Amino acid sequence: MQQALINLAYLASVVLLIVGLKRLSSPAIARSGNFIAAMGMGLGILVTMLIPLGSGDNNYILILIGLAVGSSIGLILSKRVQMTAMPELVSLFNGLGGACAVTISLLELFQYQEIFTGEIVGDVNMGKHFTTLLTIFIGGIAFTGSILAYGKLAGKVSDKHPAALSYLNIVFLLVLLALIGYRVISPDASFMIPWIILGISLIYGLTFVQPIGSADMPVVISLLNAFTGIAAALAGIVYENQVMFIGGILVGSSGTILTVLMCQAMNRSLFNVIIGGFGGSSKKGEDDEEKVAVEATLNDVAILCRYADRVIMVPGYGMAVAQAQKTCKELDNLLTGFGVDVKYAVHPVAGRMPGHMNVLLAEADVPYPSLLDMDDANSLIPDTQVCLIIGANDVVNPAALEDSSSPIYGMPILEVFKCGQVIVLKRSMNTGYSGIENPLFFKSNTKMLFGDAKSSLQNLISEIRELG
Amino acid sequence: MDQIINFIAENPITIYMVVMAIYLGFELISKVPTVLHTPLMSGANAISGVVVIGAILLIRQSPSDDYLALSLGFVGIVLGTINVVGGHSVTNRMLEMFKKK
Repeated sequence: MQQALINLAYLASVVLLIVGLKRLSSPAIARSGNFIAAMGMGLGILVTMLIPLGSGDNNYILILIGLAVGSSIGLILSKRVQMTAMPELVSLFNGLGGACAVTISLLELFQYQEIFTGEIVGDVNMGKHFTTLLTIFIGGIAFTGSILAYGKLAGKVSDKHPAALSYLNIVFLLVLLALIGYRVISPDASFMIPWIILGISLIYGLTFVQPIGSADMPVVISLLNAFTGIAAALAGIVYENQVMFIGGILVGSSGTILTVLMCQAMNRSLFNVIIGGFGGSSKKGEDDEEKVAVEATLNDVAILCRYADRVIMVPGYGMAVAQAQKTCKELDNLLTGFGVDVKYAVHPVAGRMPGHMNVLLAEADVPYPSLLDMDDANSLIPDTQVCLIIGANDVVNPAALEDSSSPIYGMPILEVFKCGQVIVLKRSMNTGYSGIENPLFFKSNTKMLFGDAKSSLQNLISEIRELG
Repeated sequence: MDQIINFIAENPITIYMVVMAIYLGFELISKVPTVLHTPLMSGANAISGVVVIGAILLIRQSPSDDYLALSLGFVGIVLGTINVVGGHSVTNRMLEMFKKK
């Protein structure tokens, strides 16, 4: 009877996770989806606390302390984080999940082997041993890889891509698979091997992520998230726990498909992303033609916007950094008051995560219908007088259409150069996040407004107010 | 090796379940709008914290004087809980932005 209740409760937990994940993929009900998934997780944890076990002292107090400490840290981190820093935080969380998988796999090993000598002290179930080694391997990569991705997004680690790393990665992968295979197939193999597997996996996580450019970190985080899911599913096999097993597989497969979708949004293959080295490789200054970007005066821009029929704002990471979303909305209100039709064109990969801009603009109360997706924006742009590029760069780079040697060639972009006048708000003439030069800045209908996005917008607002 | 082959021989239902769960994961996500990629990733990330259940089971199975198991298990619980609670909480913050029109 008790076992039946436990089984049913676990089943309910799994169903809640599935329904939650499903609802997360639709904007109107996504929030409830997150809540339902959290309920499923809570139920799973609760049931796990109550299952009768054959052995052990339960140690409930320690568990409750652990849960309380972890919850507090998680809540504090998630409440404090700036909207712009969310991608990093997700990556950090994912790394901790990977670390958790590694920790419990090590404990599983210690059930039947001595820590330092590797001497066998219990019965070895080779099937479980194999699964445990795989968990260490995948969880280890997810752990260190996510932490490095966190460092890269937070700007703490620079993009360096020694060519040797790509070869080293292949060697690591083969060595790891060989070691796992050897340990499982050969009964005499040393039980020190799991330690070597752990060490190489942790290093491999770093060398796997290092060659990948910071601009591609969202894709990598999604992939590493899938890894953590797979590690959880493998651990679920070892512990014969259905919630871990199904939950892990769901995250593994949905994370994988989400990774592929993100790559598609950038018109690149996953392979291309993982090989890395993206950015900075475009030919520079090949033609001797002197390129001059024209600087705009505030007054010009104010008049252009004030008397335009339609203004389209194109937000990018610069807007996020400057926290300029509310100022955008203020300008929007002002211009709308003058009868200007103000729209926002959001490129699928603007910012550092897909959907990043939507989140920020929604925070500033920009109504959903004002946000145009790429196709709608591109059909409106030719009839638009002014496009304000607010801290976006690569997503409006015409090289993606015109220059087949450009690393971003083929990526769909917002074709802002087709509008009447492009105004680029930018801090300096530096290249964008991907390090690719942007010919848009040198087009005849482009003018630059240098400065921090937020203060430029504020100056623009007061200038327009003065026009009356 | 034999044990792996035996596992496959003896657990056909489990293997069916793996395949179907993988397919379900693909299906759940395949039609998601770009706007939701980030929150969805964050939500999935929170779910991957289910691994914390393993840590709880381990601690419960350990004798109360097995300090190695208790301390490692404790670390596991803290790490996993940060992943779960922080993950759902940060996802909720992202999704809150869509709430108001």
